[in-house]
Amino acid sequence: MLLNHPTTLLAEITHRCPLHCPYCSNPLEMTRADGELTTEDWTRVFTEARELGVLQLGLSGGEPLVRPDVEALAAHARAVGLYTTLVTSGVGLTRPRAEKLREAGLEHIQISFQDSDDAAADHVAGMSAVPQKRSAAAIVRELGFAFSINVVLHRANIDRVGDMIEMAASLGADRLELANTQYYGWALENRNALMPTRAQVDAAADIAEAAKGRHRGRMQIVYVLPDYHETYPKPCYGGWGKHYLMVAPDGRTLPCHGATHITTLRFDSVRDRPLRWIWEESPAFQAFRGDAWMQEPCRTCPRKAIDFGGCRCQAFALTGDATNPDPVCTLTPLRTIIDRAVQDAAGAHVYRFRYLSLEPQRV
Amino acid sequence: MTLTATSVPVLWRLARLEFDPVRKQRVLLYPEGVVLLNDTGAAILDLCDGRRSIGDVATILGERYHREVVDDVIEYLSRLADQELIRVA
Repeated sequence: MLLNHPTTLLAEITHRCPLHCPYCSNPLEMTRADGELTTEDWTRVFTEARELGVLQLGLSGGEPLVRPDVEALAAHARAVGLYTTLVTSGVGLTRPRAEKLREAGLEHIQISFQDSDDAAADHVAGMSAVPQKRSAAAIVRELGFAFSINVVLHRANIDRVGDMIEMAASLGADRLELANTQYYGWALENRNALMPTRAQVDAAADIAEAAKGRHRGRMQIVYVLPDYHETYPKPCYGGWGKHYLMVAPDGRTLPCHGATHITTLRFDSVRDRPLRWIWEESPAFQAFRGDAWMQEPCRTCPRKAIDFGGCRCQAFALTGDATNPDPVCTLTPLRTIIDRAVQDAAGAHVYRFRYLSLEPQRV
Repeated sequence: MTLTATSVPVLWRLARLEFDPVRKQRVLLYPEGVVLLNDTGAAILDLCDGRRSIGDVATILGERYHREVVDDVIEYLSRLADQELIRVA
């Protein structure tokens, strides 16, 4: 099979984070500081990634700014020709650090906001971070970075999507991502407390759509659909191992950040193998390329060229078999799993907050 | 946004054109995105400087390719304008 060059690398340089958002996409079992890759490991990975064809780099986490070497990593990424985005909570983005990042050639900063309502934002973050986020946003604007705001949408905040759009516009964002929660990691654990109703989802989509036109040319609004409420699954990163790769804090390299949950696969580490070998030859990246692995109805479905059977991580997480169709698809009887999850979510509203401890926390 | 021959197209200020030595191909880079360009696409974007109209761009490329290209240029730039990668100056 002729392989694509990957275009995008997400480098989750740490799982450490001052925030405790219950929808975090990090795995429940997180890597501690002493298990993280070194600066030298990461710079080698970025060089190898560019040689492999990667053009876009996300420096993410956790909170990437907890590492003091983010500036050095950004400088190296720029030197090898990557377009780099820092994906941050904004906590720790002081003016001196932002200036150093600008000098290093970092181009784009994405700051997460939890809500347009400060008290609700504090509750979901498990800390008061709003003043630091606002200050970070002002610094990002002033220093001339490309500036995105990301808000994860869920039952408790989705009704304020109009306020969030106005907040992002007033903070001067070039882009606003309104991302409905994707149920992996901590979010899957908290699904019943996070899942919005169909009425909420429809109302928010209408508001976002109307705002797109109003802000066109000044702020780009990207609305990430809630896949549980869709008819067909999302085309996971354009297909498994086709455009995207992600390196976890401990060096394990995956085709998607949700893939750690697929316990039937073993993910090779950049500590042991060159990135090119992982991309081209590792069993995990080969596992779901093409369509030979597919079951029915995907195998004979014309939509397989559009959505590739949907998300492998979701198929595994919800059915225990990563070769199943993504249960979001209404063409598979597995869809009852999704419908039941949406119905069951109407009740309890207690979060299990994200904490980095040796054992996953139980509430 | 509807583009016409008199529209003056300009790249989004956060997007930049680069040559990728790995693919040996021109690429458009911007926040969270990449467009891999063919030679024609790159030739069009190189001429979108915020001063030339689409008509001006089409005249230059028409002389280069010895044919009428204005409709092709409008169609190509309209696709990028839908993604807000091309703005009107």
